[in-house]
Amino acid sequence: MTANTIESPLPVDPKTSTWPIPEVAFSHPPNPQDYAALELDLGVVRTWLVEFLFHEIRRRRGFERVVVGLSGGVDSSLTAALCTEALGPKAVSGFLLPYRTSSDASREHALHLAEILGIETRTIEITAAVDGYLDSFEPDASEHRRGNVAARQRMIVLFDQAYKLGALPVGTGNKSERLLGYYTWHADDSPPINPLGDLFKSQVWALARELGVPDEIINKPATADLIQGQTDEGDLGISYTEADLILHHLLSGRSNEGLVEVGFDPPKVELVCERLEQTHWKRHLPTVAMLSATAIGEWYLRPVDY
Amino acid sequence: MLNNIHRMDRVLIDLTIAQFRPAKGDLEKTLEDFGLLMSDVLAQTPTSQLVVFPETALTGYFLEGGVREQALPAQEMFDQLNKKYAEISTESVDIAIGFYEVDAGRIYNSSMYARLGPDGGVVHVHRKTFLPTYGVFQEERFVEAGPRIVAFDGPLGRTALLICEEAFHSISGTLAALDGAEIILVLSASPGRGAPPGSGVPANVARWDLLGSGLAAEHGVFVIVSQLVGFEGGKGFAGGSAAYDPFGHRLIAGPLWEEAILPVTLDLDTVTQARTEEPLFSDLERTWTRLLVNSPGAGVGHPDIIRAKTTGASDGGGTA
Repeated sequence: MTANTIESPLPVDPKTSTWPIPEVAFSHPPNPQDYAALELDLGVVRTWLVEFLFHEIRRRRGFERVVVGLSGGVDSSLTAALCTEALGPKAVSGFLLPYRTSSDASREHALHLAEILGIETRTIEITAAVDGYLDSFEPDASEHRRGNVAARQRMIVLFDQAYKLGALPVGTGNKSERLLGYYTWHADDSPPINPLGDLFKSQVWALARELGVPDEIINKPATADLIQGQTDEGDLGISYTEADLILHHLLSGRSNEGLVEVGFDPPKVELVCERLEQTHWKRHLPTVAMLSATAIGEWYLRPVDY
Repeated sequence: MLNNIHRMDRVLIDLTIAQFRPAKGDLEKTLEDFGLLMSDVLAQTPTSQLVVFPETALTGYFLEGGVREQALPAQEMFDQLNKKYAEISTESVDIAIGFYEVDAGRIYNSSMYARLGPDGGVVHVHRKTFLPTYGVFQEERFVEAGPRIVAFDGPLGRTALLICEEAFHSISGTLAALDGAEIILVLSASPGRGAPPGSGVPANVARWDLLGSGLAAEHGVFVIVSQLVGFEGGKGFAGGSAAYDPFGHRLIAGPLWEEAILPVTLDLDTVTQARTEEPLFSDLERTWTRLLVNSPGAGVGHPDIIRAKTTGASDGGGTA
């Protein structure tokens, strides 16, 4: 047999002529202690996302540059790191968009990351824009409403800066917050491409480590930083690692009753289920009244890249 | 017709897998890229007799309702390919390539085997029979299923075309092999999913490796798997095209994510070696009709069987 000797980047094992079988369990029946169910081949995922970004940004959409809002948190840090790997540091602009209540640590972490990646940053404080509306017309707005206004204002700035620079905004939302509905609709989720949206938060942490995001960013409590002292896990009432495991099994077709039967904490399962089931709307475009057999997205079906 | 290269009474076929990335929905640009890739093939592997492209290589895979705009009759698609090929060579070469086909008001996910060159023409068209319609896949919504899986007398030997999910059903390779195929060309567009720790490749690529190897070894046939690459709306076609000899050994593996030209030589005598060393195929030929006739589900289509509790062995029984 004439076997060809062309070099392949795939790890071909000449002895067995199959890819090496990894010594891990592929099947993870639900078990509240088995967090290995969420583990990934981080090298594969890293290349995958870098290829995705390069293809979407350069090849398909024809953009040379991207803008990323840098909060100092792990999601935006990992997104910026992936974009830098895909496009090079000169093609990535990081925007710090603090509100007056944003923490100094957030700013320091964002600047530190930008320095490591070698990307340029610009700080545009959104306080005047946010307070201009709230102080003049809605001085009694709750902290929650203020947070939403700030999140939407950040996207106004990010999209405008993208337009000015001829760049594409890149989103940073992860799968956990998308599934739990823990974000401001048509704000955090609005950039046209998103590399992290199919990674649970605990997978984001692991991949961030793989890409060398500093520990101080990965290990600090996740926070939307919309309200002083706020943390994601405090708001949600469950840790991301616990929520991620429950979400993983629910999305894999397990019932909430089934998870409780094998030892998952009933109130936590219920909490995650409730958030998941109450936020389906948030993961969709607006509901449009269908009147015809040519309704967009119902009858007239064309993919996003067609 | 090309002559196979005879060396010491062995029939050797030089074949190239073209791991290809179409310009989605842009046939003109895709034909340009097709021409460039064929030029590279001719330059890098001038002895190549057959170039195997992936599923939907001329349009991209996820078109949804766009199949209406992109589907062409096989002859028209061939004419465009042959016109492009005429710009780069007058030497004949065979290709297998996937495209959306329209015929008699029906749209199919098809692949064609064709001879390019002055004496060229369409040799065989296969219409995908198993249409994945689950998860990310929606084929049954937009295309119709082909009627059959058969082999054909290709210029290089008895050949069969399979398209993607067809290879996931062992019956497809079985039907192709029983119809005499010694070379099974699998054209695929497999969106990447899963990356279990330590795997080194996306899970679907590892699955394809098992499928290709298993199909080849079960029937003692050559299996060529040509995979699409590129991203479509966030779905990444990972590549990892591969060729397997009739023992199931992988002869070559394509890279992940990138376009690639993968030359491989098939020694058809290996079919005989494999089938004599392990005569699974002759066992199958001898036995399958009996098994089929005696199968409770044969001819019923989708047997509406309600499983009853059984009390013992059921080797001799039919449906209760």
